[in-house]
Amino acid sequence: MTDHITTDLIVQHGITEDEYDKIVGILGREPNLVELGIFSVMWSEHCSYKSSRIHLKNLPTEAPHVIQGPGENAGIVDIGNGLAVVFKIESHNHPSYIEPYQGAATGVGGILRDIFTMGARPIALLNSLRFGSIDHLRTRSLLKGVVAGIADYGNCIGVPTVGGEVYFHESYNGNCLVNAMAVGIVKKDKIFKGNASGVENPVVYVGSRTGRDGIHGATMASDIFGEGGEEKRPTVQVGDPFIEKLLLEACLEVFKTEYIVGIQDMGAAGLTSSSVEMASRGGNGIELDVSLVPRREEGMISYEIMLSESQERMLVVVKKGSEREVTGIFHKWGHDAKVIGVVTGDGCLRLKEEEKVIAEIPVKALIEDVPIYNRPIQKPSYQNKVQELNSKDIETPHDYNKVLLQLLSSPNICSMELVYRQYDHMVRTDTLVLPGSDAAVLRIKGTNSAIAITTDCNSRYCYLDPFTGGAIAVAEAARNLVSVGSRPLALTDCLNFGNPERPEIMWQFKECISGMREACLKLDIPVISGNVSFYNETSGKSIYPTPTIGMVGLIDDINQHITHSFKNEGDIVLLIGRTEEELGGSEYLKVVHGLECGMPPKLNLEMDKVIQNVCLDAVKAGIIKSAHDCSEGGLAVTLAECSISSNDGLGADITVPWHDIRYDAVLFGESQSRIVVCVAKEDVGKFMSISGRYGIMPIVLGRVTGRRLRINGLVDVAVDECKKAWKGTIEEYLQ
Amino acid sequence: MKFGIIVFPGSNCDHDCYHVVKHVFGQETEYIWHKETELKGFDCIILPGGFSYGDYLRPGAIARFSPVMREVVAFAKKGGTVLGICNGFQVLTEVGLLPGILMRNKTLKFVCGFVYVKVENNQTVFTKAYRAGQVIKIPIAHADGNYFADEQTVKRLEDNNQIVFSYSTADGRITDDANPNGAVKNIAAIMSKEGNVLGTMPHPERACESLIGGEDGIGVFDSIIGGAEIP
Repeated sequence: MTDHITTDLIVQHGITEDEYDKIVGILGREPNLVELGIFSVMWSEHCSYKSSRIHLKNLPTEAPHVIQGPGENAGIVDIGNGLAVVFKIESHNHPSYIEPYQGAATGVGGILRDIFTMGARPIALLNSLRFGSIDHLRTRSLLKGVVAGIADYGNCIGVPTVGGEVYFHESYNGNCLVNAMAVGIVKKDKIFKGNASGVENPVVYVGSRTGRDGIHGATMASDIFGEGGEEKRPTVQVGDPFIEKLLLEACLEVFKTEYIVGIQDMGAAGLTSSSVEMASRGGNGIELDVSLVPRREEGMISYEIMLSESQERMLVVVKKGSEREVTGIFHKWGHDAKVIGVVTGDGCLRLKEEEKVIAEIPVKALIEDVPIYNRPIQKPSYQNKVQELNSKDIETPHDYNKVLLQLLSSPNICSMELVYRQYDHMVRTDTLVLPGSDAAVLRIKGTNSAIAITTDCNSRYCYLDPFTGGAIAVAEAARNLVSVGSRPLALTDCLNFGNPERPEIMWQFKECISGMREACLKLDIPVISGNVSFYNETSGKSIYPTPTIGMVGLIDDINQHITHSFKNEGDIVLLIGRTEEELGGSEYLKVVHGLECGMPPKLNLEMDKVIQNVCLDAVKAGIIKSAHDCSEGGLAVTLAECSISSNDGLGADITVPWHDIRYDAVLFGESQSRIVVCVAKEDVGKFMSISGRYGIMPIVLGRVTGRRLRINGLVDVAVDECKKAWKGTIEEYLQ
Repeated sequence: MKFGIIVFPGSNCDHDCYHVVKHVFGQETEYIWHKETELKGFDCIILPGGFSYGDYLRPGAIARFSPVMREVVAFAKKGGTVLGICNGFQVLTEVGLLPGILMRNKTLKFVCGFVYVKVENNQTVFTKAYRAGQVIKIPIAHADGNYFADEQTVKRLEDNNQIVFSYSTADGRITDDANPNGAVKNIAAIMSKEGNVLGTMPHPERACESLIGGEDGIGVFDSIIGGAEIP
């Protein structure tokens, strides 16, 4: 290997001149190629969070029930009964755009490994997907490939895909988003971490052999696309869910022994990041003999072995002397397991080819000495303009039935059954509430409790006003959880943005984080894990800022979980929360008037907390028959969804009392902090008194009746017709 | 009654079957590793759903060569009760305990959801707890559930009353619209001529608790368990 590092090589590795000087300063010499490669991935945006760190530290991460916050493979919260829930969301945007099937599949594989390395059995997967406009050239093939990749991986490994979201918007034309979330359950006293402690403990490589796939994936994910992103295909990894299933079972079996000191998935930046991060957390060094790494291709050089992102691999530090027992368990499950190194006390990453030392870097240099950027921030020049909306210019509809049906059949509101039918959402027999609801609900076997999971983000709100958009993403996820009867515990975030080197993007980022922080603090919801994905832009066009929130809640009594469908004729429909004249940023403005402007709806977090508490108290009192968060499409769409999902196709007679608000805003405006609930007639008094304790007075909207949805004589439409509009469209679009 | 649940590499409904048989029906239950070469003391063997050996080549095509399958075949030949669910059904056709094959769904896509099936034959070890012609609602989850056999074989299945479940409408009509995967004659489950081996694409173990998936699958396990107690 020639060790001459040229300027071209440095540029190819995505390292700036200043960064290179810093590397030379740290090493006291020029790096060789292997070392340059290692710095390049460890200091990449994807691995180092160098542009986001100073903002991320503002997010609240602590609460009494948090067992593990950010910084590990995944976050963990206590759910009682000696159990804890482990979860994280992660992006696989760039690979999925280049090669949708493998990109999405390996996104699922990667996030699952983050969960089971912590000792947890994965029990659920969710996906937040965003594609370009539905009639854009690539949308169909991307959607098809991504969904097939998720389905094949999740179905094969036997973890149910229980929910998520699919959105279409032209800002994603050149950059789709694939955010995968996984959730697992672990015994509180059986949690494992990525920790290389105990000098002289052996380092064991387990799982698939190393190939040339995915070399420099982390660097690729830290780059913007120009024309011809296809050329990057070799940097996309290839997944094998069957191999991962065996790795999962082998890991869970080996965790039952006392031999495991630390374990980490070889994710982005493969063997390099797993060894370096484990050494760093253990306060130790690590020495690897690269020539011992199992390989699937001949002639691989150390540079390639260290940077490969081949899937389904783990690095394990085991107690000295237990090598045989540990490798035996992996062999039972048909996996390679080989001692390739040792934990050292000198704080150095030392790589050898047999006896020859080929790289030597202080671990600290790769983790703590990462250049941290406080990138310039500037409010975009267009921002004030897009926030303008003169509602007098918006014509009120003549036919509200038509508008409602139009919204129900629009791509961001209509049924996604076509997608989730392809996912096995029932395997493991824990899924109580199936996809298509506010949140998925899963029982925790062996207890009387259940957890609820949701993902959420309205990126249009974030574009129009990133602070409010960020706060709403958190608040709405919480309301989704409350609507199924669960108390929000914690969240994981997947922050998808454009190029951080552009001051407007950093402004969006900072504002979104500030909004999220505000909501987390007011709603008492800590952030326990997450991921940042920058550089989501193509040819200078950035995506809408998309801070996807994954949130988990707890239901103490499994029998008290709630769904959103209307249940019985005669039930009283009520609205918790205030409705104002707010059309800005609504799906209605976009779908019906072709406008994306105005301020997003205001968010009063104190009020949000109150309505959540009212709903949860009423659930506890056992009087809530159904609940549904009011979101895209407003009150009319919310009510229609309650009807559509009702087993008997029940409609409702609704009279809205707001005479001082224009009717399209009443029906389709997206005022925040609102939940539509149903209670039996005899329980209305009880419900009102619960609300009264919090100082609010819900509005009686009407009652569940018949097979039509009627609102104030403006809307009068058969539930069947709503259902037809809502169900049929995505298939038509995608045929 | 003692149930054995085969664990192939890639089985993933093994835990679900174990949970249901052991905790819902209170039966003695054991996992059986695919490398076992002896089956002793079992009254019923379940081949669970999943992706045995990754379903590479063809679903069930590799699993049939697992050491334990020799024992399962011998157990079946001696009249032992064998229940193959989803991937288990595919393995049973591959190993020759049941006729026909399961092809890729006509949509070419994986499909998960509830379907209705009609109980075509309730005079069996697996279905006697149901009424004749009863329609039950039960989940499916498969990419290769498109049952196919040549005309003669299908005729034989019909003549011997080996067709146990057929995909139907909620009111029991056998229609194309009710067929989720293109299976010939809407066949969802068949049994061996002797009646001791059942292969079913729908998952009865996913419909045994009212909280999840309803209770329409209970009849399958009630039939098997009840059957063993009748001398």
